Amino acid sequence: MYSCSDLKKGLKLMIDGEPHVIAQFDFSKPGKGQALYRCKLRNMITGSLFDRTYRSSESFEPASLEENKMQFLYQDETGYVFMDNRTFEQTTLTDEALGDAKYFLIDNMEVEILLFNERGIGITLPNFVELRVSKSDPWVKGDTAQGNNKPAEVETGYNLQVPSFVDEGQIIRIDTRTGEYVTRVKG
Amino acid sequence: MTNWSLARKKDNLHKRARIVQTIRAFFIDRDFLEVETPLRIPANAPEIHILAEPSGDWFLQTSPELCMKRLLAANYPRLFQISRCWRQQERGSRHLPEFTMLEWYQTASDYLDLMNCCEELLRALAPEGRILVQGRSINLTAPFKRLSVEQAFCQYGSSSMEQALADGSFDEQIAIQIEPHLGWTTPCFLYDYPAEMAALARKKPSDPRVAERFELYIGGLELANAFSELTDPTEQRLRFDEEEKARRTAALPPYPLPGKFLDELTYLSDCAGIALGIDRLLMLLIGTGDIRDVVAFAPEDL
Repeated sequence: MYSCSDLKKGLKLMIDGEPHVIAQFDFSKPGKGQALYRCKLRNMITGSLFDRTYRSSESFEPASLEENKMQFLYQDETGYVFMDNRTFEQTTLTDEALGDAKYFLIDNMEVEILLFNERGIGITLPNFVELRVSKSDPWVKGDTAQGNNKPAEVETGYNLQVPSFVDEGQIIRIDTRTGEYVTRVKG
Repeated sequence: MTNWSLARKKDNLHKRARIVQTIRAFFIDRDFLEVETPLRIPANAPEIHILAEPSGDWFLQTSPELCMKRLLAANYPRLFQISRCWRQQERGSRHLPEFTMLEWYQTASDYLDLMNCCEELLRALAPEGRILVQGRSINLTAPFKRLSVEQAFCQYGSSSMEQALADGSFDEQIAIQIEPHLGWTTPCFLYDYPAEMAALARKKPSDPRVAERFELYIGGLELANAFSELTDPTEQRLRFDEEEKARRTAALPPYPLPGKFLDELTYLSDCAGIALGIDRLLMLLIGTGDIRDVVAFAPEDL
């Protein structure tokens, strides 16, 4: 069982017999009051999002989902298509099932497909992914609102903050668990 | 490659250092004595919802409050301290388990005097007279709004304060329904908390259901907690006993009572004290919603 102190973004829980993933998480504690654990949860089967607040006395059943290693093939109008390289079986995941993970998919990437009742309902990505910066304006010195950061977009359409020295066309490494910039990659 | 998550904070850390210097100058100019009290102590004030970090047989302080009040009781009339505090299991976008607290205390004053002092401090820290939070400009030059907890429940809560206390939804209503509305045109003092939620505060003479306690909110962020201090040792002992009883009911480990503090409370005259989170203040002055942006290292970075 998980306790409240285990709760964090990306953790998967069983709620009313269905797997849910924490899409957003924050800890809150009004002055001198009790700790409240505020979650935005996504039902991994229906994709529906809802808010739930837990107190520290509560505990949670982990959603232990079977994983199957598959390769990302392509995206079409039905969704994102993956293939098991041993059985050649294919499975399609919807946009909602992938969430932000869709921004970190690269052709032929190997991922873990999460299964519930033999159906693919989500993926686990490698911890780091390398993507090319497709758009980023030159940094304007004096624009200190963001410190030394500036906004950038990578080839998959994902937007993030990068250091001022990162230029368009460069390849950067992103931590898929946090969605944050890690470093520039030579190349 | 440089660690960018550290390198990117350079401007913020420079700003942090400057702000802390301004705070020191503010209090020294007003004849407050800066003190340093031990971070590792035999007993904190027992409070049901605050978990102290054990350190050997003792504890890391959850606040310098008890040592500050012992000095006050020994005739130090105006004191301030900027120190580290530890509270277990508190980590979120506005919480760090190890954080920096500014506390100041003065004798012959009450929580209303502290409200005025907060207004002056904020104006000294943001001389442009406003703070920008999420694109909204919060005016610091006008008198700050004062809203009683009871009024806040009427205005934003789903029930009255009395009802919320009875059904156990007080904290949830404060955190989810009330806090997000507070302190957007001017900062806001939320004041007069139910007496059972202020173990170290004096009860209001005209309405003993509530204690003379306030919290300062800016842009929905809770920044400071203040009291007219409880100076009656007998009542203080009773309040601590109640907190300890509540801890036992919640199956929490017992805490030792701060004996010397209770003994010396007899010599404490009327006074008021306040704790202000420096990291949260910096979040407001720097313009970030993530406390990790204003410290060099969060626990995950170690």
